[in-house]
Amino acid sequence: MVATEKLKRTPLYAAHVESGAKMVGFGGWEMPVQYNSIVEEHLAVRRRVGLFDISHMGEVLVAGPNAERALNHLLTNDARRLAVGQGQYTLLGNDDGGIIDDLIAYRLEPTVYLLVINASHIERDFDWMTTHAWASTPRHADAACVLENRSDQTAAMALQGPAAARCLPEASGLKRFHIQQLRVSGKDCRVARTGYTGEDGFELLCAPADAVALWTELLARGREFGIQPCGLGARDTLRLEMCYPLHGNDITDATSPLEAGLGKYVSFDKGDFIGRTALEKQRAKGVTRKLVAFRMAGKCPPPRQHYPIVAAGQRIGEITSGTQSPSLGTGIGMGYVTAGAATPGARIEIEIRGKNYPAVIEKPPLLKKNT
Amino acid sequence: MNIPENLKYTKTHEWARVEGDVAVIGITDHAQHELTDIVYVELPQVDARVEANKETAIVESVKAASDIYAPVSGDVTAVNTELAATPELLNKDPYNKGWMFKVRMSDPVQLGELLTPAQYAKHIGA
Repeated sequence: MVATEKLKRTPLYAAHVESGAKMVGFGGWEMPVQYNSIVEEHLAVRRRVGLFDISHMGEVLVAGPNAERALNHLLTNDARRLAVGQGQYTLLGNDDGGIIDDLIAYRLEPTVYLLVINASHIERDFDWMTTHAWASTPRHADAACVLENRSDQTAAMALQGPAAARCLPEASGLKRFHIQQLRVSGKDCRVARTGYTGEDGFELLCAPADAVALWTELLARGREFGIQPCGLGARDTLRLEMCYPLHGNDITDATSPLEAGLGKYVSFDKGDFIGRTALEKQRAKGVTRKLVAFRMAGKCPPPRQHYPIVAAGQRIGEITSGTQSPSLGTGIGMGYVTAGAATPGARIEIEIRGKNYPAVIEKPPLLKKNT
Repeated sequence: MNIPENLKYTKTHEWARVEGDVAVIGITDHAQHELTDIVYVELPQVDARVEANKETAIVESVKAASDIYAPVSGDVTAVNTELAATPELLNKDPYNKGWMFKVRMSDPVQLGELLTPAQYAKHIGA
């Protein structure tokens, strides 16, 4: 683990420690992994409502007449499809078709975009984007676009769960994957109807100075609905039940969107973009490995990252994320397997400490919801 | 933190309760609190020979797998089979229903190297 004195702290650090959270290093930040129980926090989000500190995540503003053109060069999805106030999941790709980061891009104004990126990649993403944005745009100043790293000036929290909308009536009219400037209890924030849990909910971006007041306010509002502050542990089990990839585990700069099943976030009909040539080649030839989701078939140790995936006595891949699902009560995970073996319903085995345990490849999401 | 007076402890957060020449082994309240959400327990085989301070069992929480070290050497005479279906007993009742395995001690002198309740309390800063 990284030495704690070198880790950055969010404006909510003191609030976490005061409420007894267990703090860990994650992506260069000292973050709560759990308040008391990952399982309880997880189930609170599935059944009621939970509140997460996501201030470690990065925010980048891209503005100017050429912002759209620059983003369509840098990112795989098509920014032209975004109306003002709308967001989209998209990928920052490299020349080889790998994924530098995954993010949500929002169009705030006709020529102003907000990118919300992963905590551990803020510097790297920003350097890459500032270096490569210019390749797509004319070099004279008045036609350019400007990138600004707003991460240090932005705190963020995620309010997630079926009761989230009742805790934030100000945003009840907000549509899924849309963003709006709102005043919540006298504090200015941007509220997006997004999340990383598979439940209805919101992500609120605010000034660091307002973070504690907003956090306290949301917890107070949520009390009657049984709100639970949640750590990164529950954030991970919740996203894995939905098969949302985690960059660094399930997607990396050496895996492609096509291998990861993220092809629908790659727009081949928008003109050139970084990685296009490599991805077109891959699309024509077919991929050799695919990211699959699986569920353990019986009682067994929880599957974990790097455990081998086996079929018919042959190693066909390796787990990229695995855990015990609090909702399902069984082990679940994701991993890359040889493309020919990536069939939903196929029986596989997970090798755990030298012993093989049966599992089944499933179509995502692993948690099938009735809604 | 609950640290019963009648037990011996290790720095790696196991407890031992001596019953004649047999030691009953489990994990401490502090350990279960740190691990939380225990979802799987892998125990040694009955009749297996275990060695003091060697990995003997595995406790898995949602977060991670943790090795459990035998506090004393000897032969395993029994394991708590209830833990296969209800691993959460380690969280709910670590000193009683959550016991893990019993060892017939080959070298009871090793008991002298274990921590007293007061020493263990100091070790965990309780």
